[in-house]
Amino acid sequence: MKRLARYTLTLAFAVTGATQLLAQGAVTGTVKFTGAAPANPKIDMAEEPICKAKYTTAPTDPVVVVNKGGLGNVFISVTSGLPAGAKAAAPSTPGTIDQQGCLYHPRVFGVMAGQSIEIKNSDAVLHNIKAMPKKNRGFNISQPTAGMKTMKTFPVAEAAVPFECNVHGWMKAKVFVMDTPYFAVSDENGAFSLKGLPAGTYTLEAWHEKYGTKTATVTVTATGGTATFTFAAS
Amino acid sequence: MGWIIPHGVSTFTPEIDRLYYIILVITGIAFVLVEIGLIYFSFKYRAQPGRKAHYIHGNVTAEVIWTAVTAVTVVIIGIMSVPVWNKVKGRNSVPAGALAYNVTAKQFEWNVGYPGPDGQLNTADDFKVRNQLHVPVNRDVVLEATAEDVIHSFFVPAFRLKQDVVPGMRMRIWFRATEPGPYEIACAELCGLGHYKMRAFVTVHTQEEYDQWLAERAAQAQSEAQPSAVASR
Amino acid sequence: MATTAAVVDHATHAHADDRSFIRKYIFSTDHKIIGIQFGLMSLVFLALGGTLAMMIRWQLGFPGKPMPLGSLLPETMAAGGIMLPEFYVALVTMHGTIMVFFAIMPLLMGLFGNFLIPLKIGAPDMAFPRINMASFWIAVSAGVLMMAGFFVEGGHAGAGWTGYAPLSARPDLSGVSLGQELWCLSLIILGLASILGATNYITTVINMRAPGMTWFRLPLSIWALFIASILVLLAIPILSGAAIMLLFDQTIGTNFFNPATGGQPLLWQHLFWYFGHPEVYILILPAMGFVSDVLACGSRKPVFGYHSMIYAIISIGFLGWIVWGHHMFQSGMNPTLGMTFTISTLLIAVPSAIKVFNWMGTMWRGSIHFTTPVLHAVGFVAMFTIGGLSGVFMSSTPVDIYIHDTYFIVAHLHYVLFGGSLFGLFAAITFWYPKMFGRMMNEFWGKVHFWLTMVFYNAVFWPMHDIGVHGHMRRIYDPSQYDFLKPLAPVNTFISISAFLLFATQGIFALNFIISWFKGEKAGRNPWKDTGLEWSTPSPAPHGNFEKTPTVYNAPYEFSVPGMAEDYLPQDQKADQSRAPAGAGH
Repeated sequence: MKRLARYTLTLAFAVTGATQLLAQGAVTGTVKFTGAAPANPKIDMAEEPICKAKYTTAPTDPVVVVNKGGLGNVFISVTSGLPAGAKAAAPSTPGTIDQQGCLYHPRVFGVMAGQSIEIKNSDAVLHNIKAMPKKNRGFNISQPTAGMKTMKTFPVAEAAVPFECNVHGWMKAKVFVMDTPYFAVSDENGAFSLKGLPAGTYTLEAWHEKYGTKTATVTVTATGGTATFTFAAS
Repeated sequence: MGWIIPHGVSTFTPEIDRLYYIILVITGIAFVLVEIGLIYFSFKYRAQPGRKAHYIHGNVTAEVIWTAVTAVTVVIIGIMSVPVWNKVKGRNSVPAGALAYNVTAKQFEWNVGYPGPDGQLNTADDFKVRNQLHVPVNRDVVLEATAEDVIHSFFVPAFRLKQDVVPGMRMRIWFRATEPGPYEIACAELCGLGHYKMRAFVTVHTQEEYDQWLAERAAQAQSEAQPSAVASR
Repeated sequence: MATTAAVVDHATHAHADDRSFIRKYIFSTDHKIIGIQFGLMSLVFLALGGTLAMMIRWQLGFPGKPMPLGSLLPETMAAGGIMLPEFYVALVTMHGTIMVFFAIMPLLMGLFGNFLIPLKIGAPDMAFPRINMASFWIAVSAGVLMMAGFFVEGGHAGAGWTGYAPLSARPDLSGVSLGQELWCLSLIILGLASILGATNYITTVINMRAPGMTWFRLPLSIWALFIASILVLLAIPILSGAAIMLLFDQTIGTNFFNPATGGQPLLWQHLFWYFGHPEVYILILPAMGFVSDVLACGSRKPVFGYHSMIYAIISIGFLGWIVWGHHMFQSGMNPTLGMTFTISTLLIAVPSAIKVFNWMGTMWRGSIHFTTPVLHAVGFVAMFTIGGLSGVFMSSTPVDIYIHDTYFIVAHLHYVLFGGSLFGLFAAITFWYPKMFGRMMNEFWGKVHFWLTMVFYNAVFWPMHDIGVHGHMRRIYDPSQYDFLKPLAPVNTFISISAFLLFATQGIFALNFIISWFKGEKAGRNPWKDTGLEWSTPSPAPHGNFEKTPTVYNAPYEFSVPGMAEDYLPQDQKADQSRAPAGAGH
């Protein structure tokens, strides 16, 4: 049965004025997937024996990751509800993206504007990393050897910056550059948690590379809040 | 090794190689004459006590002879080149009935578009294979080549075949392979930092092998195109 | 000679030179100083271009191994000493760019165009001395801009020295933005310097020849520089225009070369090679001229077929304009044009052959003194011949299908530009060094340098024909990626080791050049007993060049005139009327 996407909100309240201001709750939740998950396209890695050797079964391009009814690689962020002009300092630890078995790990991730991104190559083959942002300066660099690391930074917030490798045309990743630290990516079971949100009511947005975006409203209290998104097979 | 051209496996090979060896012999003779002449003159006419250079300004006969000989030789080479060039690259060189494939070059891969089960290119059942060109032996083949981003050059050394593929232009590249086997395709025009990795294969099959391969890949492509029913767990 | 009466013509120049150090050596308007300035700048770039070549050879000879001293390079060039592919393509691009535009061309035209033209035609200086000075300092700023490209984000230009669009026009596809823009800007500015220089040379040769210096008494070096200057004047503006279009495509969003919006990538190639092929002759003609001068002097014989040499220079200069398409046989240009360009290209073999045979004719029945410059001149003829003959392979379009963009081309162009131009330059530098600095270069070390260079040079470039015939593509970072290239790895390693030795050998030349400047044996006015006007003035020549404007009586190469005591008759010396040399009347 084809269903339009629906979201459910489960809200819990424990309100006192003082705690509401001070509370820093975690929003936890899951991204659900209904319907039959499509098969991911197979990748023929015959030309890169080094990568091919890292798989026991034929590798596929993990566009749609569904486990236990949860959808992975969904990027969740806060689109409204934060005080105007809320900014936070970028953490000093870098966000990391690894090239392993001729695929990007993770495939979707977020960093803060100004936070460094460590690009790592765990394959003993050439990868080039071509970043194509619209608001930031793009780059196109290469990493010919295993263990090579390169640091890059995007100073301006921008959603879904495409990363790609042109040597292995199937390799694609998306990087979200955020102004605030309130974002998360769902794991392979669809679970996520957004930490450190001050108490209040927010609109959250979930983004998936194939199924687009869903929004949800969540109210955060001292004990946190929960949110559920549901994507359906198209 | 040396100046010997490696073994080639297309119908262009014998003609291009023959031309190469003819030029090698002609230039080889000129090379030997000039270099030996220089060494001989250097030795024979080195400064020696009591010997004076001859006061000579030139010799019209000699100059006319070597000008004429050079001119005739190069014109002959030029004339010999014409038919071979026309056969490989001439405007109407692609034989009628050649098997057609689409080749799309982009940084840094060669995507080959195959006609699906209907045998027609540019129809809905076409399928694409990355970096793999499969063709039958002893059949005329034409590649309808385009580039998506920058200039690439389709180079199969074993076929003696090279053609730049320019974005915005459609190149028709034809050949006829004469021996089954896998051969390497290289990009011969600097196309960016991954230029050296832009490598692909052309596999020349016997007709039966080729038919089998094409059927298998077409079926596989068809099954992948259908939304398969892998239930979500 | 230096009587006070003789200085009437140049009273302003010949009195005690009271110019300040800066006016004399830095912002000088003296053609000789400007020439030497060009020379020193180009030699520095020559060393730099050579260093880049060594890095290229390291990667090809020892792919994937950490480069010695590679750890000194920043992470954007080499990771842990292992060169990155993007740095490799920048190296390939900049080796070509630097060698062509900042080493060979300014050595030939900047150094010798400046130094020789007034001295050899009997003029006190260039027609426009201040424009001449401007030309040099504009060239320096272009050089600084070009070097700056190594230090900008994204690295230096990486589209090859030919800068093929759209790779050069699209930063998103190359990963290079500012580097490629600086490359364009630098070439545009350098073009201005070249145009100013060429205008100056042409004007000087036409207007400032000494009395009696008729066109057919001009030495072949001057003829070659004159024709090359005309080529510069006509060809460089085409490059500048193309580079401006490319710069606009990169920066302000024009679409000359972008096919997605109606542009045409082949337009760049047509423009580039319409400049590029005359450029090839700009890079070889002057060297041919110098070699003719040096060979005649060394053989103590007039140049064989002086007039046909001049006609050959002129016809090469002319034919150079109608052969550009032979760089584009495989580009997708209309294949019917292939035949046209084959024929015009093959025709260039004719004047080239005439020149080679005439040089041999010059040596024939001569009395050859194998000084260092003469060795280099003979080396030039031997090597240029190879470069010319290997060109025949490419001019045959079907053979070019196979060898285009392979190491065969790399071998060919280096036999012309190194074996040709650079050997010609070594001959010229060692020959005119005494006139520049008043001292001789060391002959022993000069000969050691020649022989080692000759051996290692051939060890580097001869095997490149071989790997080219096996299909080895040029400009690839790691040949070991291809199965059909794997058997060639030992050849690549051999080439690389030879290249390191060849590079080290040039240290001998550098040391000889520098040490002789201070410690060399003092040269007299005419150490080689040559006939040119420049040898009638002191070494080094004073500001204003000649004590007295020389009058020319003779053809340029009157050596071993029968019946004369000396075996050379300077151009400005009257022969005994009863024994007037045959060539003097022209």
